Amino acid sequence: MPYIQNTDADRAHMLETIGARSLEELFEDIPKSIRWTGAFDIPEALSELELADAVNRLALKNITSSCRPTFLGAGIYRHFVPELVNHLAGRSEFVTAYTPYQPEASQGALQAFFEYQTMICMLAGLDISNASMYDGATALTESALMAIDLKRKKKIVLSAAVHPEYKQVLRTYLQHAGVEIVEIPAENGVTPVDAALSSLEGAAALVVQSPNFFGCIEDVKSLSAAAEAAGTLCALSVDPISLSVLEAPGKQGVHIVTGEGQALGTPMNFGGPGFGFMAARSEFIRRLPGRIVGQTEDKAGRQAYVLTFQTREQHIRRARATSNICTNHALVALRAVVYLSALGRTGFKTLGKLVAAKSHQAAEMIAAIPGFEAAFGAPFFKEFTIRCPRPAAEVNGILLEKGIVGGYEAGRDFPGSEHHMIFAVTEMTTDYELNLLIDALKGMA
Amino acid sequence: MHDPRLIFEKDHPGRRIVRFPGEETLPDLETLIPKDYLRDEEAPLPEVGELDLVRHFTHLSKRNKGVNDSFYPLGSCTMKYNPLFNETASAQHGFTDLHPYQPIESVQGLLEAFYLAEKYLAEISGLPHVSLHPAAGAHGELTALLVIRKYIDSLGDDKRRTVLIPDSAHGTNPASCTFSGFKTREIKSSKKTGLIDVESLKKAVGDDTAAIMVTNPNTLGLFETDIEEICAIVHDAGGQVYMDGANLNAIMGVTRPGDSGVDVMHFNLHKTFSTPHGCGGPGSGPIGVADHLEPFLPVPRVAKAGDGYTLSTDYAQSIGRTRSFFGNSTVIVRALCYILALGAEGIRDVAHNAVLNANYLRVKLGKTYPVAFDRTCMHEFVATPKGLGKARAVDVAKRLIDLGIHPPTVYFPLIVPEAIMIEPTETESVDTLDRFVDAMVQIAREARDDLDQLLDAPHETPVGRPDEVRAVKEPVLIWSKR
Repeated sequence: MPYIQNTDADRAHMLETIGARSLEELFEDIPKSIRWTGAFDIPEALSELELADAVNRLALKNITSSCRPTFLGAGIYRHFVPELVNHLAGRSEFVTAYTPYQPEASQGALQAFFEYQTMICMLAGLDISNASMYDGATALTESALMAIDLKRKKKIVLSAAVHPEYKQVLRTYLQHAGVEIVEIPAENGVTPVDAALSSLEGAAALVVQSPNFFGCIEDVKSLSAAAEAAGTLCALSVDPISLSVLEAPGKQGVHIVTGEGQALGTPMNFGGPGFGFMAARSEFIRRLPGRIVGQTEDKAGRQAYVLTFQTREQHIRRARATSNICTNHALVALRAVVYLSALGRTGFKTLGKLVAAKSHQAAEMIAAIPGFEAAFGAPFFKEFTIRCPRPAAEVNGILLEKGIVGGYEAGRDFPGSEHHMIFAVTEMTTDYELNLLIDALKGMA
Repeated sequence: MHDPRLIFEKDHPGRRIVRFPGEETLPDLETLIPKDYLRDEEAPLPEVGELDLVRHFTHLSKRNKGVNDSFYPLGSCTMKYNPLFNETASAQHGFTDLHPYQPIESVQGLLEAFYLAEKYLAEISGLPHVSLHPAAGAHGELTALLVIRKYIDSLGDDKRRTVLIPDSAHGTNPASCTFSGFKTREIKSSKKTGLIDVESLKKAVGDDTAAIMVTNPNTLGLFETDIEEICAIVHDAGGQVYMDGANLNAIMGVTRPGDSGVDVMHFNLHKTFSTPHGCGGPGSGPIGVADHLEPFLPVPRVAKAGDGYTLSTDYAQSIGRTRSFFGNSTVIVRALCYILALGAEGIRDVAHNAVLNANYLRVKLGKTYPVAFDRTCMHEFVATPKGLGKARAVDVAKRLIDLGIHPPTVYFPLIVPEAIMIEPTETESVDTLDRFVDAMVQIAREARDDLDQLLDAPHETPVGRPDEVRAVKEPVLIWSKR
């Protein structure tokens, strides 16, 4: 019996203690009529040796991004993960622990999450952070729910340049909430401030992403000022790596910042698990969803950490909770703390400069190929949209034949943008890979 | 010696760990991005050396307790052993170094893993269609309720907006209802049996009933013996039956929820299927549904395509996306490994031994800590500190930490005052269970002989009980430079 330590003799002794004649007797509460007497269509137990073979076979059927140049981004990014992240976040005291509800036995995790909250606030330029959420999409959605709750208004103004899947998740969550969602089309790859301003009346939040789905950096300062003027909250979804060099959103007037944290020390994992993060102004503390760690003292005056403001949460407030979230993505958030500590302020800024330099170099080289041009003039950080001479799907088909995974085809979500391709370039992209791409694109006009 | 400093307080300017090729010759940022968009000041992350960083987080890990450290009988959380093999297997590049939008032909192994996981979960639950999207149990609940809502809407029924929830339910149940646009109505448990009172249920159902949320076995560790009748009552009234699968560990291989009439349930892969809790996640909360709810499952869905697999969004009635990309893939791979290691027979052994371990503890512990609704239980039971005088459940919990055992869940379920909810799981040995009983008996003795020290416990931990009131009154939620 895999993973079970009881022997037959143990079981006999235990049954005797219980006063039961058989294991069967312990299940008498389950009516005979619904007992499962069949055989599962599941293979016989595999030994570890056989299991390794089976699971390795599945892994080997996939083609990893380190096998060939990849220029996909669109929310999930290939960034360097220092090996120490795997070792430290992989320590079993963290991996096999439950949520730190018992602070005396969980000071390690609690302190790490306190450090996490601090780092997220440093990046976002805001005062408070929760201890993680599921992903960028649900974090953005929860920021909208939070705004609806805070403002008591049933309207959300949404930038069309937000990640298409995030927009879909927002709509899924809000479909029964009687909330109107007004989507503002992008102009030249960015959210037009005047259109945003004229839509904001009666809205709880202006929801924007920057850098947005096309890679363009939004005029966050003007957008949040428009929101402020309309008595609306500005909720911004960000790429945390971009905050190494881009102005902290909180300093630009943004009220709530969310995002996908995968890029901070976690591999792409086919899109999950990563983690969602959320930071906000301190005045929103009682409406912030998720777990929050606070610093306090024990009776002896020793510094201690504890889960706090729990009256917001489902296990206390039940139907009136600010969110239904319980389990979050703590261990992936822990990876982010280790990652950001390993980079430090100089390393993190250097990374940002490197990514910006590489992406701009790539954009320039691609735009110099006859037939290819930058689709938008807006500033960008690590992703940029190129207008291709042929449909992007066709370009990707040709690239794939040459062993290159091209960028994201914007036409999948934006009708009329069939020729647009969104490229992502990070510190992982080598000159060799970039040159392969350039050579392959040449002659496609 | 304990160093209480935060990582920020270990900052030593100039120390670097990670360096990048090409970082020496970078252009000025302002030539790439307008100055207005750039940070005035860099994010004040700490700068530490590699060894100090390693020691910092190693030190923190030693101030944290997991299943690998000690017994963790946390009721309702199924803190079973997390097979080490699965950690390595799921972390291999062939699973982690994959982009969600890379060509579908290049992720066939992962899609096969998803397909198999769905198939096996369907087998175990008797619910033929499974979605692996939900990131956690509460996310699964929400997804399931959205599915129910969409189904009701598809029938053109705009009256069914009430979800019935037993008073013993997890807090996520009513919270999830609120977020899917339902009202909740609480059903009292029978004071005599701790089970759903069928007569009250009959009175509560009506043409406004959208669904009932049943946790089975319930949070008292008792199987809802009337589950077939409960399902029939709700179905006859036109409602759906949702099962909170948090406690599936007790019954898998013994009974299948789908066979008793459940329409939809969620699984906690991080409980029943042995994936680790990771200080609170990432988990995975797939849902299984009966045929009539299948068209409403979230997209994208894994589908067979010729000899291979694909992801399809082509489901007109779907509730839509509930998260970005797909599910928590590496958690799903771990669960698949676990199912394959157990095999068809081993799944039942899990339930058998989980229930055996729980009843062994119930009988041995019940002599000192009276059990609420004391009869044969499933995977867990609720004990009480009655007879311990002034000592409360929290005191017992805190003292256990001193004795090297993680406390059980306390003060839940809400219907039992001073609840101590104990779930040993099947992976514990009888020796560990005996040691736990000894510890609990010692605490009961201390309650009689040395109450003050019990009320002050724990004593052996890095910190004593933190001042939680102060944490709220004078909130310190991030570090700042003094």
